[in-house]
Amino acid sequence: MSLRRPAKNQPENFEFNSSSLEAANQIISKYPKGKQESAVMALLYIAQKQNNNWIPLAAMKYIGKFLDMPYIKVYEVATFYTMYNLAPVGKYFVQVCTTTPCMIRGANQLVEACKEKISENESELSSDKSCSWMEVECLGACVNAPMMQINDDYYEDLDKSKTLKILDKILNGETPKPGSYRGRINNEPENSRKTLMDLKNA
Amino acid sequence: MLKDQDRIFQNLYNDLGPDLSSSKKRGDWINTKELIDKGRDWIINEIKDSQLRGRGGAGFPTGLKWSFAPKEVGSRPHYLVINGDESEPGTCKDRDILRFEPHKLIEGCLIASYAVQAHVCYIYIRGEYFIDGQKLQAAIDEAYEKNLIGKNAAGTGWDLDIYIHYGAGAYICGEETALLESIEGKKGQPRLKPPFPALIGLYGCPTIINNVETIAVVPTILRRSGKWFASLGREKNTGTKIFCISGNVNNPCNVEEEMNIPLKELIEIHAGGVVGGWDNLQAVIPGGSSMPLIPKEKCETLTMDFDSLMAEKSGLGTAGVVVINKDQDIIKCMARIARFYKHESCGQCTPCREGSGWMWRMLERMAKGEASRDEIDMLGDVTNQIAGHTICAFGEGSSWPVQGLLRHFSDEIKKRNKFDPIVKKEKNIPYLVDQHLLDKNA
Repeated sequence: MSLRRPAKNQPENFEFNSSSLEAANQIISKYPKGKQESAVMALLYIAQKQNNNWIPLAAMKYIGKFLDMPYIKVYEVATFYTMYNLAPVGKYFVQVCTTTPCMIRGANQLVEACKEKISENESELSSDKSCSWMEVECLGACVNAPMMQINDDYYEDLDKSKTLKILDKILNGETPKPGSYRGRINNEPENSRKTLMDLKNA
Repeated sequence: MLKDQDRIFQNLYNDLGPDLSSSKKRGDWINTKELIDKGRDWIINEIKDSQLRGRGGAGFPTGLKWSFAPKEVGSRPHYLVINGDESEPGTCKDRDILRFEPHKLIEGCLIASYAVQAHVCYIYIRGEYFIDGQKLQAAIDEAYEKNLIGKNAAGTGWDLDIYIHYGAGAYICGEETALLESIEGKKGQPRLKPPFPALIGLYGCPTIINNVETIAVVPTILRRSGKWFASLGREKNTGTKIFCISGNVNNPCNVEEEMNIPLKELIEIHAGGVVGGWDNLQAVIPGGSSMPLIPKEKCETLTMDFDSLMAEKSGLGTAGVVVINKDQDIIKCMARIARFYKHESCGQCTPCREGSGWMWRMLERMAKGEASRDEIDMLGDVTNQIAGHTICAFGEGSSWPVQGLLRHFSDEIKKRNKFDPIVKKEKNIPYLVDQHLLDKNA
């Protein structure tokens, strides 16, 4: 299990803004009547989006009331799933996959790049407070290893110099283009595709 | 090599676009009503004839699973749940289906829902695939617009609603009952079985759970007949499968191939060979990180299907092939996998919660050469204490890769770790050495 603790400095209040409220109500309507607890994961996600990429305890209490479920149950869910950030992270949140398939293709270079550009330790804000990074477990893009995720986007087929360039861009406030950085298309074998060639050449 | 016209996922590399009109050109949705009009029994029998086995890892026969759903809908509605929580290291096939072949999945959902009498289908997608989930949502919206799902879906008279539920970074939610807990808004901790989800599943109602790839191949099987599907591969291991080849190969890729394809062909032809040549191969993990690795000697003749890998004491799992060459430290690779399992254990059963951490720490020390000789046996003992003693299959999944390492690379570990045992067994210190081990030697 992973150890996860809420941040020390917590805001007093949290409330959904109007767009979050609309999204939340739409999500609740997906589930049968009386089963609104099912929406807790999506609502935590909405709260995280609204609150600069992290979830304060006040938001958990608010969601508990919103869904008519005990606060402790919301807290359980928020601390169980690793995608909920319980402490502030950067506006650009970099997650580097270091599980074996990425590791054997050099994920440590990506970690080095993050240490150089962002901060010495993981989950620590960069000097301009805009960016933080952490090592995560498999992100499910193993044939595009090594790779990293910045907010929702995947950046694939990286090496150290490419990572440094991407990090330079985000530290300048730009959003680099997601996808493969070796110019290959999706998951096809680079330059040696043997299948479905009629469709490729069509 | 499989002929191109026998490939189910024609748009695996997105040459044609994932939208509805190009999907229709590939044959999706063209005669859904005719297929459904043939009736529930025909659909289930055709899937049974095809001998399709679940693509999520366990390889359970899909037709049989569907036949477990109650024949009559009682007071509780039926649900269909699609498992798209693809998190097994080495596996990235479902992502391509979600983003490039969403209509195969949606049509499969309609047919499967009809077969198990469900009016609501939840597709559970891992939270990290948010962008890919959005693409699937766009395809679902398109299908609603064209009346392919919703009320009287595709003119079949069957009502179906499809919703996406996002996970939030928990590997364990790929286990079917943990996935149900997660949809219900709880921590993803697996349930005891029985009762099986087919009778008591989501919200206590009958629920059928299938992998994304399993459902996405269903429409094509029905169109081209179960016999066609069964003619590919070999008995009980039929059809095609998307293989993900990652690690130390020249061209890592996803490719759809026939079951029972030789591993060497997969690596040499499709993935451009091992980095440094075939002789530089050290070992292969054949089915995602939870399957025991296979050393090079056996890779020469190995064929990739459920039963032949089982015979090698490994498994096809999700068909995520991770190739490890001789430039890598095999003990370190396995230590990293053990760290993954330590991180992802849900914490419900003690053997797994504690044991996964033990395995990781021992392997880390073994990789550095800081372990003593007797710890190799101790590690084997720990894996046996975990496997089979937990609620779900995570216990096996976390200990099998370590057992595979011990089975094939114990010489390597012994060479590196030469310390004498810290505790001599004759000293008989009960709190450091398991009692039952002492008794055995006495």
